[in-house]
Amino acid sequence: MNRFYGAGGWSAIAAFAAIAFLVFPLLSLAVPQGSALHVSQYWVTLIGKIMCYAMVAIAMDLIWGYAGILSLGHGLFFALGGYAMGMYLMRQIGREGQYQSELPDFMVFLDWKELPWHWWNTDQFWWAALLVVLVPGLLAFVFGFFAFRSRVKGVYFSIITQALTFAAMLAFFRNAMGFGGNNGFTDFKRILGFAVTTPQTRIGLFMATAAALLGTLLLARWIVTSKLGRVLTAIRDAEARVAFCGYNTVHYKLAVFTLSAVLCGIAGALYVPQVGIINPSEMSPANSIEIAIWAALGGRGTLVGPMLGAGVVNGAKSFFTQAFPEYWLYFLGLIFILATLYLPQGLGGLARQWRQRRA
Amino acid sequence: MRKLLPIVLLALAGHAWGLDRAAVGKLAFGESDERSAAIAALVAEGDPRAAEVLSALAAGHMRTAGERVLIAKGESAADAVTGEAVTPVPGDMEEVIANNRLRGEIEGALAALKLFSGERGVRLEAAKALAGGADAGVLPVVKRALGKEKDAEIRALLDLTAASMEVAGGPQQTRLAAIARLGESSSANSRTLLAAALNDADQDIRIAAERSLRAVQGRLAWGERAGLAFAGVSLGSILLLAALGLAITYGLMGVINMAHGELIMIGAYATYVVQNLFKAHLPGAFDWYLLAAVPASFVVAALVGMALERGVIRWLYGRPLETLLATWGISLMLIQAVRTIFGAQNVQVENPAFMSGGIEAFSNVVLPWNRIVIICFAAAVLAAMWLLLTRTRLGLFVRGVTQNRDMAACVGVPTARVDTWAFGLGSGIAGLAGCALSQIGNVGPDLGQGYIVDSFMVVVFGGVGQLAGTVYAALVLGFANKALESVSGAVIAKIAVLVFIIFFIQRRPQGLFAAKGRALEA
Repeated sequence: MNRFYGAGGWSAIAAFAAIAFLVFPLLSLAVPQGSALHVSQYWVTLIGKIMCYAMVAIAMDLIWGYAGILSLGHGLFFALGGYAMGMYLMRQIGREGQYQSELPDFMVFLDWKELPWHWWNTDQFWWAALLVVLVPGLLAFVFGFFAFRSRVKGVYFSIITQALTFAAMLAFFRNAMGFGGNNGFTDFKRILGFAVTTPQTRIGLFMATAAALLGTLLLARWIVTSKLGRVLTAIRDAEARVAFCGYNTVHYKLAVFTLSAVLCGIAGALYVPQVGIINPSEMSPANSIEIAIWAALGGRGTLVGPMLGAGVVNGAKSFFTQAFPEYWLYFLGLIFILATLYLPQGLGGLARQWRQRRA
Repeated sequence: MRKLLPIVLLALAGHAWGLDRAAVGKLAFGESDERSAAIAALVAEGDPRAAEVLSALAAGHMRTAGERVLIAKGESAADAVTGEAVTPVPGDMEEVIANNRLRGEIEGALAALKLFSGERGVRLEAAKALAGGADAGVLPVVKRALGKEKDAEIRALLDLTAASMEVAGGPQQTRLAAIARLGESSSANSRTLLAAALNDADQDIRIAAERSLRAVQGRLAWGERAGLAFAGVSLGSILLLAALGLAITYGLMGVINMAHGELIMIGAYATYVVQNLFKAHLPGAFDWYLLAAVPASFVVAALVGMALERGVIRWLYGRPLETLLATWGISLMLIQAVRTIFGAQNVQVENPAFMSGGIEAFSNVVLPWNRIVIICFAAAVLAAMWLLLTRTRLGLFVRGVTQNRDMAACVGVPTARVDTWAFGLGSGIAGLAGCALSQIGNVGPDLGQGYIVDSFMVVVFGGVGQLAGTVYAALVLGFANKALESVSGAVIAKIAVLVFIIFFIQRRPQGLFAAKGRALEA
């Protein structure tokens, strides 16, 4: 467990990097539209989106797979990161909105005369990037501090994180919050001066997401192979014993919870410019539970498994919602049931069993 | 008021030969103020034909052809003044448009005309409609009706209406008298009028208004408090119904059932099906369909719950987080199944006749019957559950298994079967909650999703494993929600309550009422 990655692992990472940074961009930009090898915008966006989800799945695995804490608030952290980026993107629209005002359209619509205080400096990318990290991080830190200190754990923790998400969703639905209410943010025009819809920008965002995903994976792997990771695993398996050994479990849990939230925030920030919209429904409790099933299906405590789980579930989602929209919920529900009943170790565990049986 | 007088007199003079031609003409051709005056004039005649003309205008049937004013009735037309049929129908008729303001005035005027009806019920309705706020133009009519009226209740209403019109303007003496009369009433309308009079230029009026306002407010405040308390109990009983089933499945058995909301939804749909069956086969007994719907919703939800327990949940005992995910999956499939069978749209569940309407407890508070019935229903379900848990063999077994599963098994309790029955019981109560909710809200596939967070909050807040805690928690949260709602609006109130519970759980993870014990791992 404490080895970082073997030769096989590193070559898989190198292969992923080669595909994401060379093959994919080439196929998308250099190969002409009509060619069979051309990768269309649809696929660039879809895979970019799934990579964002994969980051969230890794974050979920860190907290649930390794520390044994099921957070149902990860959808909230993801959406908060997205909203922070969305504020920057809204400011980048400038006067090109429908009402040709400096203010975002929805504020003109609400007849507001100036930006609310929390929009301060959001036209600066660095500030927005800081918010992407700080807001989910701070929220998780404060919330986690109180929760872990009072030894809220297990299902209780899941339920109160869900309540938190639900409360936040209700709050963001209100126009008075200054986040566009129901409709949220959309109609983005530019990011860092580049037009959001051009293929080049899309590929740029795609590569940034791939880089972030690789970074997340390596960071997570580094953590779980370090001493911190081993303490976390020990907390998952026997928290009382770890505490009696003299470790302050609150610190460990808090650290991994905060880190996990920050990773979600970054994923959300990369997600919004690619998808082009963020609204409060991203915070619905259902989304957070779906994140858990990515990790459960892929195999908790494997990091790579949850990434694959996110890919499988979301790939299936875009397939089903186009081909058989009525059957998507049946399929998703079935995944939930089968993964918990028959795949306690997920697809990753299945692969391991299969390998052991052959050996 | 005074400027209306000549018109009224004129109108009375013209009564002999039909409607006042000038007033009808102004109604059709005049500017908006002239039209209002014309309405008042027509009303003052008290002629049933006036009602006909006014309702024709409101319905968009009034036409003009040159100087003449006509009322179109399908293919034919009649003269608005005389009521005689016009043949042939002129070809170049133009519709007379009534804007919203005019429509409002017409409504008031029509109500005023009904004041002269022979039936007491019609007059009472009309008086009530006018008391809700009417244009000052109908004052002379109200006065005239007051002169004729013998019924005390209607007189009181009319008197109040007249007073509220006289407050606005006229000689000081009349206004002061009107203010004094308003001070004896206890309606929200008088409060608004008196509050407006506080800013009057006349000092005497201001002083009188303040005195009257204080009296009205004192009376209204009691009504408001009672209304708030009722709303709190009502919401509390709904929360209790939604959470009671969960108190068994989660509180006693420790199963995190995320499909609980969908069991509520199934209960609501069972009610819907029973309602349709009654409509189709027993229309005479439609008012009593709930008597069949209550057991039906219980049984259907209980069967679904028991199937879930046998099929999925029993494999996951001792793994709460996995149970959470699996039951969530089940809830998704149930939602989709209901969408497939009944469609994604909300379905209509009608109240039986005895549940519509309400009791007027105070002048400003009406307690709806369906809410009252639900409060009683929640109390009955609670009592039944309590009896079941404390007085029956199944209840004894459930409590035994909850307290010590191994020991219960050792003395011969069939623990697995008890689990199934207990889960069925909890699910059935969720079904009853659905039956109750179908009477006050929309029934749709997403019905349950709105209640799942709330139900868990109630159970966790009350203390897991404590039925009494669940009851207190439901009532406290119901009151807190309604009290905050009256200050800050519904959404903020809801958020505040959620945040409060989150903080509360940090301080007291075991809930309001904790099961006593010394275990390190609860």
